Amino acid sequence: MEQDLKNLKIELSKNGIFTTTLEEIYNWGRKNSVWPLTFGLACCAIEMIATTMARYDLARFGAEVFRPSPRQADLIIVSGTVTKKMAPQVVRLYNQMPEPKYVIAMGACAISGGPFRDGYNVLKGIDRYIPVDVHIPGCPPRPEALIHAFMTLQKKIEEQSLSGAERPRHLQADLPSEFPVPTFGEHGLEPAQNTDVFLAENGNPLRVIQ
Amino acid sequence: MPLPSPEDIKAQIEVGVPGASVTVIANGSPSGQHSLLLDHAHARAVAEFLRDDAALRLDFCSLMTGVDWPDSEVSEKVKVKKLVAGPDGASSEQQVEEVRKTKVSGHLEAVYHLFSMEKKHGPAILRLRTANRADGTHLPSLTPVWRSAEFQEREAFDLYGIVFDGHPDLRRILMWDGFVDYPMRKDYVAPEDDILVTGVKA
Amino acid sequence: MITDVAELERVAAVNEDGLGDIMEVSMGPHHPSTHGVFRMDVRLEGERVVRLKPVFGYLHRNHEKIAEHGAYLSAIPYTDRLDYLCSMTNNWGYVLAVEKLAGIAVPERAEYIRVIVAELTRFQNHAGLVGFLLQDMGASGTPLMYAFREREKVLDLFESLSGARMMCNYMRFGGVRVDCSAAWLTETRQLVGRLPGFVDEFESLLRANEILMARTQGTGVLPRELAVNAGVTGPMLRASGVNYDVRKVDKYGIYDRFSFRVPLGEHGDVYDRYMMRILEMRESVKILEQALRDIPAGPIMDPKVRLRGLRPKAGEAYGRIESPKGELGFFLISDGSGNPYRYRVRPPSMINLTILEDMCLGENIADTVIILGSVDIVLGEVDR
Repeated sequence: MEQDLKNLKIELSKNGIFTTTLEEIYNWGRKNSVWPLTFGLACCAIEMIATTMARYDLARFGAEVFRPSPRQADLIIVSGTVTKKMAPQVVRLYNQMPEPKYVIAMGACAISGGPFRDGYNVLKGIDRYIPVDVHIPGCPPRPEALIHAFMTLQKKIEEQSLSGAERPRHLQADLPSEFPVPTFGEHGLEPAQNTDVFLAENGNPLRVIQ
Repeated sequence: MPLPSPEDIKAQIEVGVPGASVTVIANGSPSGQHSLLLDHAHARAVAEFLRDDAALRLDFCSLMTGVDWPDSEVSEKVKVKKLVAGPDGASSEQQVEEVRKTKVSGHLEAVYHLFSMEKKHGPAILRLRTANRADGTHLPSLTPVWRSAEFQEREAFDLYGIVFDGHPDLRRILMWDGFVDYPMRKDYVAPEDDILVTGVKA
Repeated sequence: MITDVAELERVAAVNEDGLGDIMEVSMGPHHPSTHGVFRMDVRLEGERVVRLKPVFGYLHRNHEKIAEHGAYLSAIPYTDRLDYLCSMTNNWGYVLAVEKLAGIAVPERAEYIRVIVAELTRFQNHAGLVGFLLQDMGASGTPLMYAFREREKVLDLFESLSGARMMCNYMRFGGVRVDCSAAWLTETRQLVGRLPGFVDEFESLLRANEILMARTQGTGVLPRELAVNAGVTGPMLRASGVNYDVRKVDKYGIYDRFSFRVPLGEHGDVYDRYMMRILEMRESVKILEQALRDIPAGPIMDPKVRLRGLRPKAGEAYGRIESPKGELGFFLISDGSGNPYRYRVRPPSMINLTILEDMCLGENIADTVIILGSVDIVLGEVDR
């Protein structure tokens, strides 16, 4: 049945008739026009800037303009170390972005704290507070790695369905699109992590003491 | 003309700022950068003298560092005459080696590296030490003399807890205002981020 | 939030005159100017700045504490990440301080290689700075594209030499990690041959640009005496007319063998600071030509140095270099063990920010962005 449909599509297109599904065209438009937020924290930001420059040119993938305002951006590339002092602002910016929104954690620091993990002011990964879609390892990742991450995100968007239980967060009314902002405590951030976001997956280093 | 030796600078300070107490602290490394330890009462006057003196003109304070020297214990072997009971029961005075431990109280230190942009010489290094690490952590601020110390003294206050009297705007600079610890001290313990306590043990 | 009664009365008077409102604006830590996570709390009277307090610490990554917990060798990759645009010069500052602390000598060829990579770093940093400054002025991206085109060529050289584009981790106590090949030197000579043409092109496109002239001349003036007293170093100091370049004063490495000038500015405004960078790019090319011509054969490391188990005698040392941002220094106190007892970085970017308020008072808020751009800060160094 699948193969018959495919053959029908090919035959029709040979005669100048283009067929698609609503899902395909909706996702095609979305994945080819992802506009990132101008959000550079540290060294990875310089590689992100280099990716937008003439040699690597991220604009040809659809990231034509980097928007300075979170209200107009689709993607936040957390590039660089997130410190505890900066973490509330990152979460606030994420909350201000309208749905559908995506997060790329670029570099070892944004994934897990990176080489600065032992620091008292370093947040051990931005996925302690906001959900991350694509992680890119590297310190810093090469511009080609950022392009690969962008393409992975595009593939992820392409595969999102419009209906059914698997539909993405922005089409499910009961899932939250804003996450609580941590506050500055006396010794660190309070809470130290958002367990709705961080405890959900296995493999994170959080040890729960009952 | 190179900078005079620390002993010469000490002599000049003692003439220029009467009553100032200056001690030369030797440096064990091959760098040969010896420093001058000042007392709190005359530190500001000495700094102004060093900056304004026609021959020295140390107008550029390049670096201000905070250092933490925690309380330590010094053990030394001491030969002591003691009454020791001999094998035949009679006691006699003998020389015995004893390990004597003395507690050395810790302090916080501020180190200033001075150069001269006019004379192109340096560094001259000043040191100021606090009384202790607990309630006596005040030092005179040298920001009114060299503006370059402004942010650096705030950083020493933020990370070490040294309180600089006379600083125009002494508040935390790198950590947020509600933070209470002094993280660069040697006895700072960072809170555990990877443990989540959900219940209370009975 | 204004709580002072006299201030409130003044605000009321201003509002009645209709000359403008007092407004408190927090610029940052996320804002379109590409200097990183830096915040300025600005109080404005209409468009004019009446108070400006810089706030940073948003990238405080505890570099000094981490370095005090590790060995002397393991601090070198962390120094790459201080001023992340100029990793080679950061490395040099640190290894110079350790060499002073432990009394280590450096062979000739290694000194020449150090000068070559340091001046290439200075070149690409200044080109990038002019690009970012023009972007802050509104030339959205084009000068930056020109600057990054050359930067990519320099990064290609760094990658083939040290293995990484940005975080080179290349210098060691007593020399450099790997030797450069004859092919690498040939390629570098070819690139250096083309660099003067690039500076000419870059400058000719900007030299008579009326927006650049109108916005930068007379803006953000920094007087000489204040610059010296506030510990400002680097091109920003020399734009105010003070002749102080650590390469000429300390003559560290083999800089006394090269003939190069130190450009000085007259007015200390943003235009002079921009011109400093252009002129220093030309001087860097001169040094590169001389170094590439004279580099001898020979070893690149002092063979007696124990890199991994370095235990300098107890003592302290302050070593400094002229990085593209200013005087970068490292103060190390050793207690005889394998970890530094105190590891302190002198961050030129942070100390150059001391007089940001003084330069911006009375200026329009739009000009604070270009004044900040002309200071040339990198937050990795400001916050460490």
